[in-house]
Amino acid sequence: MSEKKHSPLTPLLDWLQQLGRFCLGFFERLGRGHLLLFHIVSGIPGLAFKWRLVVFQLYSVGVLSLLIIVVSGLFVGMVLGLQGYNTLVDFGAEESLGTFVALTLVRELGPVVSALLFAGRAGSSLTAEIGLMKATEQLSGMEMMAVNPVKRILAPRFLAGVLSLPLLAAIFSAIGVMGGYFVGVDLLGVDDGAYWSQMQAKVDLHDDIYNGVIKSIVFGIVVTWIAVFEGYDCTPTSEGVSRATTRTVVHASLAVLGLDFVLTALMFGEG
Amino acid sequence: MFHSRTVEIWVGLFVAIGFAALFMLAMQVSNLSTVTGDDGYEVTARFENISGLKVRSAVTMAGVKIGKVSDINFDPQTFEAVVSLRIDSRYNEIPTDTSASIFTAGLLGEKYIGLEAGGEEELLLAGDELELTQSSLILEQLIGQFLFSKAADGDDE
Repeated sequence: MSEKKHSPLTPLLDWLQQLGRFCLGFFERLGRGHLLLFHIVSGIPGLAFKWRLVVFQLYSVGVLSLLIIVVSGLFVGMVLGLQGYNTLVDFGAEESLGTFVALTLVRELGPVVSALLFAGRAGSSLTAEIGLMKATEQLSGMEMMAVNPVKRILAPRFLAGVLSLPLLAAIFSAIGVMGGYFVGVDLLGVDDGAYWSQMQAKVDLHDDIYNGVIKSIVFGIVVTWIAVFEGYDCTPTSEGVSRATTRTVVHASLAVLGLDFVLTALMFGEG
Repeated sequence: MFHSRTVEIWVGLFVAIGFAALFMLAMQVSNLSTVTGDDGYEVTARFENISGLKVRSAVTMAGVKIGKVSDINFDPQTFEAVVSLRIDSRYNEIPTDTSASIFTAGLLGEKYIGLEAGGEEELLLAGDELELTQSSLILEQLIGQFLFSKAADGDDE
């Protein structure tokens, strides 16, 4: 043993071991995450008979997020109206303000910002709730009673998150367009008809709106999956729960921003 | 914590508002309300130069949008651009000697096709070709001509 300690290779081996442990741990978590996703998705059809569980989660995940989504949508739209106007007026193109506001919101800001807010508002509370259930051994208690916690607790929350985010993103975009209208038309004097007609001429139902909805569905899946997994996989202590909650917000936000680039490149790359 | 009825009403409201927002985006924001389905008829026009015209560019008559450019091809025999125009079927009483010109919206805006009705009794049918066309103005050529004529004027004096 003492001979080994003095070997010059020891620090290198230690470092290699740490790296290996880190990588194995990473892939283990990745694997657990995917297995959990698989179990959750296979539990979703069974929810048809327990629709009440989903409704209650829709309330706590969707309805309670409405306020923050509506308020930030309004202000984001108003800021877009103001900034867009100041830029466009230099080129005498302030009539295009409607197009600018609508395309920015529908393609990017609607899905992305509502997903970020959703991760902070709903994702963190999902993780904390599930993590606490685990820490107080409610999940093991359920297993004792032959109730599958993945199907009973995780699947309704996952489904509610996936259903809520596209609706929240649509509300965000719609309110934002109104906010842009308020600032652009009512305050800055852009022509009312031009605002809507330019918007309608340039925003395509399929290319822009459908793709925005697809984006928000993908974000909904990713954010809720991360939130639910972090809660289910956390260390069952108060510190573990708090760490898992932080990780949810950070990882979900990073995943949304990274995926947004990929999705944008796939959807609008050629155009 | 909550009465189940209150929760359900809120969820119902949330879903209703969500779909209303989607509906509003589709109807008010996108081009759905200006598209009248896929019917309509197609006519072609040949241009010497279409620089900047794109598929889905507007086709207008008297400034009103009546259709869009559905296809753009190049004819290797005549070296001309062949543009297909899809015109809404409710505008089906356009004379055959209508002329098509490529205009620019604003000085630097996008290109669109403006149709000007002629006086012929016969009406345009699907598959017909517009004979009278005027290519798009190319800013560089115009400036070049202007400078050239200026220079020529200067020589005379």
